[in-house]
Amino acid sequence: MNWFSKFLTSTVGRKVVMSLTGLFLITFLLVHCSINSLMFLNDDGLFFNEAAHFMATNILIRTIEIFLFLFLIIHILQSVAITRQNMKARTISYSGTSATATSKWYSRSMGILGSLILIFLVIHLKDFFIPSRFTDHLGLDNNGTPDMYAEVKAAFENPAYAMIYIFSMIVLAYHLLHGFQSAFRSLGIYHKKYTPVIEFLGVAFSILVPAVFAAMPVYFLLKK
Amino acid sequence: MKLTLKIWRQKNKSDKGGFETYQLNNVDTHASFLEMMDVLNEQLIEENKIPVAFDHDCREGICGACSMVINGRPHGPLKGTTTCQLHMRHFNDGETVTIEPFRANAFPVLKDLVVDRTSFERIQQAGGYVSIGTGSAPEANNIPVNKNDSDKAFDAAACIGCGACVAACKNGSAMLFVGAKVSQYALLPQGHPERNERVLNMVAVMDEEGFGGCTNTGACEAECPKEISVANIMRLNREYISAKFAVEKE
Repeated sequence: MNWFSKFLTSTVGRKVVMSLTGLFLITFLLVHCSINSLMFLNDDGLFFNEAAHFMATNILIRTIEIFLFLFLIIHILQSVAITRQNMKARTISYSGTSATATSKWYSRSMGILGSLILIFLVIHLKDFFIPSRFTDHLGLDNNGTPDMYAEVKAAFENPAYAMIYIFSMIVLAYHLLHGFQSAFRSLGIYHKKYTPVIEFLGVAFSILVPAVFAAMPVYFLLKK
Repeated sequence: MKLTLKIWRQKNKSDKGGFETYQLNNVDTHASFLEMMDVLNEQLIEENKIPVAFDHDCREGICGACSMVINGRPHGPLKGTTTCQLHMRHFNDGETVTIEPFRANAFPVLKDLVVDRTSFERIQQAGGYVSIGTGSAPEANNIPVNKNDSDKAFDAAACIGCGACVAACKNGSAMLFVGAKVSQYALLPQGHPERNERVLNMVAVMDEEGFGGCTNTGACEAECPKEISVANIMRLNREYISAKFAVEKE
């Protein structure tokens, strides 16, 4: 398996790992976003609580969750390795660069954007993931399901918290704007017919998914 | 026109180097950038100073020898143009122009604006060729080649190996160059017998030489004087991934 480890540590292979783990995280976002959008149903979160309870208890979901964390950690570690390697390739920088003329700022700032998302993720996991998995302290809704809806509602009714959340979603949007289409390029997928489709889907995904997430704090603030 | 030039001066490889400022008072707007450099050097020689070292050869935009980062842009601000084909009419009277060497650890500065680009040659030696016995020219139509593929191969082969892609890339990545060199053979039947070994060996040397990896910012394509497409990087990825998994050798 020497060839495989060599593949994984080559400049091309490292990006393949970033790409595959990134695409997995993208599918996760889609699932997460779909379930969260149930909160917009005007049923005091009954349906949402049921879905959240299913996601927190189903054995298949919990198994995939292990891979989700694993891939997330690989995505982070690999990005650190790539950044270090790329920084080593130019230790003396230019006096004045006009990189703005030739590439998008967010394509050059994936490390910073990713780090901001990581900070957000720590807050997010502490406030929502852990309560959803260890539900003892949660109240029950009218159907007797742990009331995650109330937990989310309480958090988002705090304007400062809502602002952090909305800002993080803007950061996520830019990370996706580059990451989505870049993932396909790193896998060598490029075709005159299909690349424009991938790019369109990438832009649509990068705007819609973070917009749905960001709509939640706005929704609860307005409802308050 | 009058120009203020801020030029990187470095005695040798181990010298720390730094910027020096020069004034040129009578620059012809029709002069090429390198001709302007020649005028500066004549002035420096007359003043008993050491002229600025810079690479140049054909001055027709085809050899890939000239380099320089002009106002932060490899080969200057014009699209699809080498430094030698850049003319002074694209600058303003009284402007300060900053001139630096290509920056990448795989391109160490030898003197002033001259960098050592032999790392590109070592990548080429690892597989940028087809092993065929030379003899008289073979019959052109013996091997049919799809027109679309031959066009793409030709576009990739337009790469002059100047290194602007490396200079432009925030990661100092050589993947546009290697992508072009791999593509020009991968697209043609003549390149197929050595297809897998070629990409594996060239990427291995590229990594050994200390070039960074591609993060798909697209700066290389934007700065390439021959406008080589980033599609060649995707083809390099594709070739490398399939070769890694296909070949039986470890």
